[in-house]
Amino acid sequence: MAKPMEQITWQELETGAVVVEVGNSVQYETGSWRSERPVVDKEKCIKCMFCWLYCPEGCIRQAEEGHFEADLTYCKGCGICAEECPVKCITMVIEEK
Amino acid sequence: MAKTSISSPKHVEREEFFAPGHRACQGCAEVLAVRLVLKALGKDTIVAMATGCMEIISSPLPITSWRVPWIHNAFENAAAVISGCESGMKALMRKGKIPAKKINFVGMGGDGATADIGMGPLSGALERGHDMIYVCYDNEAYMNTGIQRSSCTPYGASTTTSPAGKKSIGQHTQKKNMVEIAAAHGIPYVATACPSFPFDLMEKVKKASETAGPAYIHILSVCPTGWRINPSEAIKYGRLAVNSCVFPLYEVDHGKYRLTYKPSDKKLIPVSEYLKGQGRFRHLTDSDIETIQAATMKAYERLLRLSEQE
Ligand SMILES: Cc1ncc(C[n+]2csc(CCOP(=O)(O)OP(=O)(O)O)c2C)c(N)n1
Ligand code: SF4
Ligand code: SF4
Ligand code: SF4
Ligand SMILES: [Mg+2]
Repeated sequence: MAKPMEQITWQELETGAVVVEVGNSVQYETGSWRSERPVVDKEKCIKCMFCWLYCPEGCIRQAEEGHFEADLTYCKGCGICAEECPVKCITMVIEEK
Repeated sequence: MAKTSISSPKHVEREEFFAPGHRACQGCAEVLAVRLVLKALGKDTIVAMATGCMEIISSPLPITSWRVPWIHNAFENAAAVISGCESGMKALMRKGKIPAKKINFVGMGGDGATADIGMGPLSGALERGHDMIYVCYDNEAYMNTGIQRSSCTPYGASTTTSPAGKKSIGQHTQKKNMVEIAAAHGIPYVATACPSFPFDLMEKVKKASETAGPAYIHILSVCPTGWRINPSEAIKYGRLAVNSCVFPLYEVDHGKYRLTYKPSDKKLIPVSEYLKGQGRFRHLTDSDIETIQAATMKAYERLLRLSEQE
């Protein structure tokens, strides 16, 4: 990735406020917003992908073991995946510092 | 739908055209709608977007969540800008300056941008017959600036500029029917959708993309912040809106009405099931809810009749 956002000065911006690097919001880690974390019961996951489909962050992916889980770098902890999982294998767990 | 090609998440495009790191509130179904619309459209897409939540959360300079060409324009002119893009690109293709190929030209705006301030430019673009799609993300208020009422705010909803109180029910006007206004332009394709019914939504977007000429898609986009519900329930409330017939899923394909989803007797619920639990409707009395129930069924029965016509 190019420079982190906070190091870019206004002189370096493209004319017309053009952003040339597509999708560079990946550098903004929204996982820090989270107060609850989705935890998947790997055994119970039927790999239906509904959590992936409904996640507003698009941050759920298939783990190597085959089940689906959130990328905690971006997961905001909204709880939609836990609510929508047809087999209820996701539990929201409070984040503790 | 009659010919459904998407009936499982496994049929859905894996590639993400909207990057994470966006700043939508937790549980925002409006940004989910954007994500699903882009999946249905694919990479050969150009978007012009009006100011509003989806623009603000996706493009704080110098970063962007967009992975397709995207331009932010003023609050009122997404439809004007995208129709200009379409005409300009078509001219360049005709002159052989760029390779000819199929591109989706898509204007996007919130309900405020669409039904209020951008209505004139939208009407003009639809009437001129551009080969474009306009998508309205209807979260039923001006959410980005702090939950002010728009003409798409439903009767009885409390917002910061239509507050409920001793002398007010909240919003006292009826929701403007943008879908019928778009259809009245006689354009080839008009549809409603909701991300709680993701396959129906993506089918309609694909159909809009395949249709020559203007298409209009109106997406009910649940906003946990403005509706005052728990973020985890955003998908559920979209489902309740559809199953209570408050927001019917239908299309007007070359003038032909069709309900693409009819709640079965088992699924059909009274509007109270949808209204209760939403902070914006908390103040409604039983008699208010009866009024809303009657108006809802009247509108739904009209659609049923229209969709049965040959
Ligand atoms: C001409 C003009 N008037 C007012 C504004 C302030 N403004 C920015 S976004 C917005 C509300 C957008 O509401 P809507 O289109 O429904 O989108 P939402 O934020 O709800 O997704 C307003 C009033 C503006 N940017 N330009
Ligand atoms: S909690 Fe919300 S943001 Fe996190 S993975 Fe689940 S749906 Fe996505
Ligand atoms: S919704 Fe539940 S069962 Fe389906 S893939 Fe996700 S975690 Fe697994
Ligand atoms: S205010 Fe509503 S529409 Fe806007 S980002 Fe938040 S949840 Fe989404
Ligand atoms: Mg709005």
